[in-house]
Amino acid sequence: MLRIPCPWCGVRDESEFRYRGAAEARRPEAAAGAAAFNAYVYERDNARDWHCEWWLHVAGCRRLLKVVRHTVTHEIRSVEAAPGAPGAERGR
Amino acid sequence: MACPARIARGLLTDPARPLHFRFDGRELQGLAGDTLASALLANGVLQVGRSFKYHRPRGIVTAGPEEPCALVDVIGARGREPNLPATTLPLTAGLVAESQNRWPSLRFDLGALADRVAGFLPAGFYYKTFMSPGWGWERLYEPLIRRAAGLGRLEASVGPHADPAETVHDHADVLIVGAGAAGLAAAHRLGATGLRVLLAEQDLAPGGGTLLDGRWARWRESTGAALQSFPTLRCLMRTTVLGAYGHGVFGALETLSAEESARFGGLRERLHVLRVRRVLLATGALERLIAFPANDVPGVMLAGAALRFLTRYGVAAGRRPALFANNDEAYEALFALAAAGVHCAGVIDPRPESRAAARAKALGIAVHSAAVVGAVGGRHAVRTVTITELDGRPRFVLEADALLVSGGHTPVSGLAAQLGAALAWHEPQATWIPELPAPIGRVAGSAHGVCGLAAAARDGYEAGDALAVDLARPHAATEPPTLPPDPEATAIGALWEVRGRGKAFIDLQNDVTADDVRLAVREGYEHLEHMKRYTTFGMATDQGRIGGLLGCAVLAAARGIPVAETGTLRARPFAQPVPFAALAGAEVRAHYRPKRRLPLHAWHESAGATFVSTGLWLRPLVYSREPGWTPVLEEARAVRERVGITDVSSLGKIDVQGADAARFLDFVYANTFSTLAVGRARYGIMLREDGLLLDDGTTSRLAAGHFILTTTTANSASVLEHLEFHRESSCAALDVVLTDILDQWAQFALAGPRAREVLAPLVALDLSNEAFPFMAVAETMIAGVPGRLFRISFSGELAYEIAVPAGAALTLWSALLESGARFDIRPYGLDALNTLRIEKGHVTTAELNGNTTADDLGLQRLLKQQGDFIGRTLAQRPGLTVSERLQLVGVRPVAPTARLRNGSQLVAAQAPGASLGYLTSATRSLEFQGWVGLALLSGGRQRLGQRLLARSPVHDESVEVQILSAHMLDAENTRVRS
Repeated sequence: MLRIPCPWCGVRDESEFRYRGAAEARRPEAAAGAAAFNAYVYERDNARDWHCEWWLHVAGCRRLLKVVRHTVTHEIRSVEAAPGAPGAERGR
Repeated sequence: MACPARIARGLLTDPARPLHFRFDGRELQGLAGDTLASALLANGVLQVGRSFKYHRPRGIVTAGPEEPCALVDVIGARGREPNLPATTLPLTAGLVAESQNRWPSLRFDLGALADRVAGFLPAGFYYKTFMSPGWGWERLYEPLIRRAAGLGRLEASVGPHADPAETVHDHADVLIVGAGAAGLAAAHRLGATGLRVLLAEQDLAPGGGTLLDGRWARWRESTGAALQSFPTLRCLMRTTVLGAYGHGVFGALETLSAEESARFGGLRERLHVLRVRRVLLATGALERLIAFPANDVPGVMLAGAALRFLTRYGVAAGRRPALFANNDEAYEALFALAAAGVHCAGVIDPRPESRAAARAKALGIAVHSAAVVGAVGGRHAVRTVTITELDGRPRFVLEADALLVSGGHTPVSGLAAQLGAALAWHEPQATWIPELPAPIGRVAGSAHGVCGLAAAARDGYEAGDALAVDLARPHAATEPPTLPPDPEATAIGALWEVRGRGKAFIDLQNDVTADDVRLAVREGYEHLEHMKRYTTFGMATDQGRIGGLLGCAVLAAARGIPVAETGTLRARPFAQPVPFAALAGAEVRAHYRPKRRLPLHAWHESAGATFVSTGLWLRPLVYSREPGWTPVLEEARAVRERVGITDVSSLGKIDVQGADAARFLDFVYANTFSTLAVGRARYGIMLREDGLLLDDGTTSRLAAGHFILTTTTANSASVLEHLEFHRESSCAALDVVLTDILDQWAQFALAGPRAREVLAPLVALDLSNEAFPFMAVAETMIAGVPGRLFRISFSGELAYEIAVPAGAALTLWSALLESGARFDIRPYGLDALNTLRIEKGHVTTAELNGNTTADDLGLQRLLKQQGDFIGRTLAQRPGLTVSERLQLVGVRPVAPTARLRNGSQLVAAQAPGASLGYLTSATRSLEFQGWVGLALLSGGRQRLGQRLLARSPVHDESVEVQILSAHMLDAENTRVRS
């Protein structure tokens, strides 16, 4: 079980969070077309490597966190508040 | 003659407290402190079961939880519990146990014929044989095989109340797994630092191997006393750590003693969820079996187990035991038996010489060096042991009634492997040795490949000190106390298998032989994990613990590679079988999941409501305890003809505020909200980014930068998450704040032609169509309560939804009932609500099922043409807009008496096997005679007027139906605007 150090709440169990997918995936511009959106929605690398991902702390502060986790060891390298979100500077 | 094999005073048994028990109907006597296994051995009971596949007689092989053979059924107040290892089952007065997998009796078992025809039952036999006919597996072969194979039977006697069970969450700086020499030593060092330490031991007393060596009693006692003095150290006895789950999370199962169980209301097991910073694995090592012909005859036992039975329970494994061992440690069992006066038949050791062999000879025990066991005589008990030369030539036949075996020791490394330990092959001990990354913890003692108790204790002291340094709590170095010296030992001589005639088992519980492994290799299953699955090696409840490495070695030999190259089997949680009840803990029956109650739950209850679970919510289904449609239709009729009131407080409600609130809603909804006037509501649909429908609901604008949106009850949590996610990611630049107000506001729908007249006396508001038209919204006082009034309708009638702070729910509800009394107002439940909305063609989560698009449900006109929104691009994919997709339609039976069922498949009469769609919702109707329903039908909008069959093969029903527009009632929406 992952133990995620939430910058707002402290170290909490994975079961308090909801996984929200890869954080590198950037939503295409509105006019980018079906192929770009298809890639955005469906295509993922699944690398044996560090992975940047969103976790929403639904049973805590309900804030969105950007977590860098290793897909093999599950080691968590960094956790920060979603950039641009209110208070994100403090959450780093 | 009671207990002929009890020859000494055991460490744990109390000769003053005899206990009677029954095994296979025989009345026997043991002592308090015995396990069932030690009590059976004490009574001279050697055969305790039949094997899984060949039904061969089996005895007790180990003295611990790793036992592969001595599994029994226990019959007690809770019914019949199967597969309990006799080696860990505490003996209690009146215990009733039975052997497993035999019929009609243990001694005479018809299934043993399987052993005689074993040549026809090799590994993979089932895969190859039971291939045809196609139906044969399910109806013929599997039932037969299940009867012939398998272990115990489960016959639960389940009472009205769940057995007590509990889950404990605990935290510590260091978890020490195993309280043997290494674990105790480490705990001593760590406890002194003030770190919070949890010491978990599966045995009922701490000590591990030191319990078997009298010289260690003083050290054990003084260390135990020191541990008791540490305020931050706790010991959990009878606690097995079941699994390592990463990030310092461990699961452990504590089995309560009979006294504790009585104190905790019959609680038998306690599940511990442990969260720790570091772990120290002092899990010890397990002795391994050697594969040789007939190495499963009752009386063949691991040497260490014989030592345990003698030391702990005073029971001799045999009156004339022989030892077959390749290592010095194993001799200790024989030395202890000899010291207790047992005549030892001799030792068979493949090594040419050893220190232990010299000691044995000095004691007058015959040692057959450079020899192996080539055969065991006897079927229900060991009678003879045939000694052969290393090259297979026979040397000598020994008379013996027990054969103690030891092929060396393998560190218990399951937890380490789950934690990502590196396993290194250690040739001198012929085993794998685990090493943990420092940020996770350390391994110490025999689990670390260390031989001897003193060496293990020293390793434990070192590991404890190292962990204290890791956790920045170093302890002033102290000299370790003087430890009893380890006997000097000669190195192990690796020996895995003696080839010969007869079955040589590597997995006793699943009846896997060395020949099976070679067959697997011949048939191409060379990889360890493939061989495992082909032969079922290591897949039984004991997970092949005493034969795991043995199987790898036999595989390596068959492939002609070193053992180190086969790798190891992946060890997964759990470390031992765990009762489901222990995992469920208290989360059973009423506590299975939380319940959410409406603010007016008590009122609904007192009004005689039958409740239905929707998600976690308990909602009134109908205000009647009578089954049937009559009360439902009466409630619906009140709404259609007069006025009714229903509690919709479980709808999701989200408050959206900020300068960019409208822009945000334009992005997350498929329709436009920036054009919505203040004081108005609009129906909206949300898509997922893949273009499918996520949810629907009304959104109201209270001010330029203030909206209230509603979601369906079922999707309230997922919609909130969806919006929060986008607010902080793709919409992070917008000025918008989301607040979940679901629990803060109660909301009721007041519906029916008289709704306006009921409401009017309670508000100081002009409710006329001109002043407060359909889709109007106002913040106003209602019955003296500050609330919100929405003119929206789900029922298809003139209707208002009224929201007030949850605390004022009863005030408003009572006022509405009172005001409506003159129109005979009726509360209505979810069933009537469903009838009303189906007739009207309004969708709910039955249709918003995650597979439907806006176009499918006839909502395509809501998709805005201008501007970006979630799902916009992918909703236009050709596959999501083709006309053959399942589209929403209305359905009515042609014969008014015929009923409709949810889930019925729609088919054409000429092709009844090809589904064209299915019914999503069905109800008895008020407006139409008989039943009406909604369906998702391929090309549905082109089929209006067609006749199809609604088939339910489950009910063996087929009903002719007419396809209609989903808007079956008041398609022009005159009623809602009246």
